[in-house]
Amino acid sequence: MFENFGWLSQSQADPRKSATADPPLVRFALIAIAMLFLGLFLFIPVAAVFAQALQHGLGEYLKSIIDPEARSAIRLTLMTAAIAVPLNVLFGVAASWAIARFDFPGKQTLLTLIDIPFSVSPVIAGMMFVLLLGVRAPIGGWLYDHGIRIIFAEPGIVLATIFVTFPLAARELIPIMQAVGSEEEEAAIVLGAGGWQTFLRVTLPNVKWGLLYGMVLCNARAMGEFGAVSVVSGHIRGHTNTMPLYIEIMYNDYHYVAAFAVSSLLTLLAIATLIAKHFLERRVIPVPQKGADEIETKVAA
Amino acid sequence: MASKKNNVLPGFNLTLGFTLAYLGIVVLIPLSTIFLKTFTLTWAEFWHAVMSPRTLAAYRLSFGASLAGALINSVFGFVVAWTLVRYEFPFKKLIDVMVDLPFALPTSVAGITLTAIYAQNGWLGRFLEPHGVKVAFAPLGVVVALTFVGLPFTVRTIQPVLEDLDVEYEEAAATLGAGRLQTFARVIMPALIPALLTGFALAFARALGEYGSVVFISGNMPMRTEVVPLLIMAKLEQFDYAGATAIAVVMLVVSFLLLLGVNILQRWSSQRLAA
Repeated sequence: MFENFGWLSQSQADPRKSATADPPLVRFALIAIAMLFLGLFLFIPVAAVFAQALQHGLGEYLKSIIDPEARSAIRLTLMTAAIAVPLNVLFGVAASWAIARFDFPGKQTLLTLIDIPFSVSPVIAGMMFVLLLGVRAPIGGWLYDHGIRIIFAEPGIVLATIFVTFPLAARELIPIMQAVGSEEEEAAIVLGAGGWQTFLRVTLPNVKWGLLYGMVLCNARAMGEFGAVSVVSGHIRGHTNTMPLYIEIMYNDYHYVAAFAVSSLLTLLAIATLIAKHFLERRVIPVPQKGADEIETKVAA
Repeated sequence: MASKKNNVLPGFNLTLGFTLAYLGIVVLIPLSTIFLKTFTLTWAEFWHAVMSPRTLAAYRLSFGASLAGALINSVFGFVVAWTLVRYEFPFKKLIDVMVDLPFALPTSVAGITLTAIYAQNGWLGRFLEPHGVKVAFAPLGVVVALTFVGLPFTVRTIQPVLEDLDVEYEEAAATLGAGRLQTFARVIMPALIPALLTGFALAFARALGEYGSVVFISGNMPMRTEVVPLLIMAKLEQFDYAGATAIAVVMLVVSFLLLLGVNILQRWSSQRLAA
């Protein structure tokens, strides 16, 4: 009976595959299990966000989004990402240039150190900055005396966000820089191009999709970070709330529509991120080695 | 200075200098404050903070639920990776893209939506609670949240290894008279073990540190549904910085050991692939 399920066929219609093909019943069962699992953990939660946000109609939904406190949270989230993402991308470019273009002792250790923020719990990440820059700490106390507040204020939120998104751009750029190789850049330098000229005209075009990919990943995490930001924010209403913090406050106050309306915006951002990721992934590694004449014209131009 | 291959490229000092300075300011100096802060504690204070009954209960829940989540993800992540690599079915591309959702979805959004689904009147909670299965505001909810956040790790570590697995070995096994199950157990599984272990360790490590999605679904009852990151948060809110730091140091050491384990696993698997 399962022969009717034409769409359940094996990936390639290769007669040799019959020896390695799974019986139709097994195939059907495994696909069913996989779909059930993903449905339970991915598709139902996403559907629930929109269902909850729209439970009292579109009018209520829109009202929640243009609420002044919601708008102020959206503004702070955008501002935080606008600072954290460029800084970490700049770091990613510098780190990938140093690591992929030169040999030096301790390179492996440096790569491990760059990964550290991935293995630090967001709560601990936020706490580090409270210990270092809080009013009771030496540095934080000194800054406070000079009128600079970092913890329980916006700079703390930005710092915590920079920490949690720190490795994302570098992690994407390092393997791409390594894969592209340095022949084109060496040719440009030998032909008399300056360092910046080579970087802007040869390196950047080669890694531009990888750069964008790193930016997209970094941005998604920067706008969505909750734990680390929660520790350093101090929850001052309408002042130091990012979107994820605002969601928490609304939810705990039983303003479910408001919480889920802002959540739906972040869900749309997540879906847009996944789509961008899908299209960028295939373009990340450029076609290797263009003709030497093309490099010449690039440098001469 | 350090270029061994007669490098003509400029910018080494500039880029490495910036990299190290940025790494130091953003990561290493803040991280070191945690360890420095613990040195201000006496042994007795440290021991009291990391071994109090409430802390022990939090370790038990954190490790137990993370372990359960990572195991669930290993089994079902394998099935998902297998179907995505080996079979054709409708919307496969879309489903493949969606697997990364837990990476992209903010944890607070995941937390409130999972809570809404499994609450007493939620889409799934209304069917589960009459049968005595309490998910939201119970330890099971913590497992659900930690399974969600770890899901992409197992799928995405197993999937590429399955894609690279040469079908010829399976054909050879079949030719030599092995049944499909035997081929699976003797040919496919051994090749996948490093990836399975790596995916498991990554999902486990991610789950241990998770805060955002758990804080909503767990109900945060001390001794019962309080995971370690929540306990640290609770201590911070009471300005018990010393206690919070002591527990944080324990968790950091565990995380770094896991990271080390993952690195060793990855080296092992790349050696096996090369062999």
